[in-house]
Amino acid sequence: MRADPAGVLTGAHFLDGDYACGEGAMAAGCRFVAGYPITPSTEVVERISRRFPSMGGTFIQMEDELASMAAVVGASWTGTKCMTVTSGPGFSLMMENIGLAAMMETPCVVVNVQRGGPSTGLPTMVGQADVMQARWGSHGDYEVIALCPQSPQEAFDLTIEAFNLSETYRVPVFLMMDECVGHMTEKVVIPEADQIEVTTRRLTGKAPGDYLPYEINGDSIPEFARAGDGYRFHSTGLTHDAQGYPVMSTECQETCVRRLLDKILENTDEIIRLEEDELEDAEVVVVAYGITARVARMATEKARGDGLKVGFLRLITLWPFPERRIRDLAARVRGFVVPEINYGQMVLEVERCAAGRAETLLVPHGGGSVHDPEVIVQAIAEVAR
Amino acid sequence: MTLPVNRIAAEVPEHPSAPLLRMERLPHVWCPGCGIGTVVKCFATALERSGLDLDKVSVVSGIGCSGRVAGYMRLDAFHTTHGRAIPFATGLKLGRPELEVAVVSGDGDLVGIGGNHFIHAARRNIDLLVILINNFIYGMTGGQNAPTTPLSAKSSTMPFGNFEQPFCLPHLAASSGAPYVARWTCLHIRRLTWAIEEALDRKGFRFIEVVAPCPTLYARLNKLGTGLSEMRFYHDNAEIRHGADTRDLDVGFHQKIVCGKFVDEPRPTFLEQKDEHYEKQLGDEYVPMPEEGGMIHA
Repeated sequence: MRADPAGVLTGAHFLDGDYACGEGAMAAGCRFVAGYPITPSTEVVERISRRFPSMGGTFIQMEDELASMAAVVGASWTGTKCMTVTSGPGFSLMMENIGLAAMMETPCVVVNVQRGGPSTGLPTMVGQADVMQARWGSHGDYEVIALCPQSPQEAFDLTIEAFNLSETYRVPVFLMMDECVGHMTEKVVIPEADQIEVTTRRLTGKAPGDYLPYEINGDSIPEFARAGDGYRFHSTGLTHDAQGYPVMSTECQETCVRRLLDKILENTDEIIRLEEDELEDAEVVVVAYGITARVARMATEKARGDGLKVGFLRLITLWPFPERRIRDLAARVRGFVVPEINYGQMVLEVERCAAGRAETLLVPHGGGSVHDPEVIVQAIAEVAR
Repeated sequence: MTLPVNRIAAEVPEHPSAPLLRMERLPHVWCPGCGIGTVVKCFATALERSGLDLDKVSVVSGIGCSGRVAGYMRLDAFHTTHGRAIPFATGLKLGRPELEVAVVSGDGDLVGIGGNHFIHAARRNIDLLVILINNFIYGMTGGQNAPTTPLSAKSSTMPFGNFEQPFCLPHLAASSGAPYVARWTCLHIRRLTWAIEEALDRKGFRFIEVVAPCPTLYARLNKLGTGLSEMRFYHDNAEIRHGADTRDLDVGFHQKIVCGKFVDEPRPTFLEQKDEHYEKQLGDEYVPMPEEGGMIHA
């Protein structure tokens, strides 16, 4: 369906990534946001709290990030599209109810504008060290989707995509922004509402007596019933059967949790988005994401100019990880260069998929600024040698 | 001779609260003598009498023995994370304002791990009915000390008796801004039912504490006998003092329990304040959240 014009600020704007993300959420139809202030993410909810009153949205500043995430999961059960916004320390607190959202299969979007960590770390300076936490942060086995914008325009576009994916797959979807993109101001073009495709939740067409909240028909994603529509359903964070009732057995655990994984893993081709450049003849592939992708692209072009056969692969989707693409490339390239603003996180995935068939070289950065492109050029030269 | 057992069984009438219960989930998890089932019955009766459209009533619980209440109610029911029933319920209410949202959970859940959410929801006057079942102990995990365990009472983590000052829950709720505050015990079935019915007729953060027996842990660790002997204790030691000053409502170990309605002073709810404020500030530009929620349909 097309976006509700009430939330779409059509036009060409000069916006930072945080504001663009807020505009993306409103354009996507988000009408409930709960959050707690934290640098460098707060501008997202400041934007939303100013604009929501004119479009029927409710913003509430909760007492902490535990409550923010819990409120988002609760509100999503009314069918209202929901989001919360945070940075590393708050992301840690949200993990509890991110697990609940995964287990209850509750659509929601969580934005993490990453700063340097661990702990309070570098509140006003960039980091990319939460990308593994996005994948593994809450306890137990579950799959999520995580997207990573490299510009304010993409912060807008990918926030809409995050909502669409969360509605389709009934999972929490993370927008793993970083402080640089969040605070970088660039041109952002917001289309007309009828040019923006948004996904609405698949409500069940069954009568209340026939409906089971976790019954599967065809695909791996159950149909949704809203609280207040007469279905009188039950949902729990415990391992549950198709009725949503707790069942403490290994068999039910297998059925319940396996599907949480499968509904994402069976659809990776639909979900994963990559940007690729000059991979045809590449001997070295630079794999990067977020703000680091922009620095890495500059380094790649420089190395090409130096005569090195280097290609570029940008992870727009961080999770699920593009395993097959990396495996295919590993079979024919000399190696991968992975710059990231952490001491080695996504590089572990590249290394796992390369499985020894191609070299993998991490270009780490502890956070606080972006890489010097020359360091990446040197790494490319080292792998090409 | 044929015993007429089957014929009699066939004539057993349905439980009067059956339409509001998930009968297929019985028997429940609670111990013999536990007070939680009594609260469920009172809640169900109050809901039936309330005249509310029960399709529009949601119940949210956290974790623990009382956290299982939502799982037995035939309503839209959510069994959430430990301590987060109130913020989850806050999202439900704000996401679809026409819902009546009740939170039924325990003392450890709502004022231990969830204490911060409790005081802030009361402060904001979020439109929630909160029924807190207080058994003075962590039951599900085996009898550990709670923020409500009376001074000197034993628990598995205070084996020589509790030395921490417990919360006085009506005072906590009232001083945080709750417009409706009451306390009853599981013995006061009719009064508790009336209180829930009355609270369903009010708005804002309505708080009812229900003192409940825990024969398996609290009573056993403190040599208080069975669930029945705890009920006898309530009978002999509960004192009804409507309108009592909430500062005077501490519960001591094996001491009198003051019951009644202590606060009934309506004030604007979060959503009423939001609507009034934005209407004043923004005039016609203000668009409130639709009563049926913020879902935008195709």
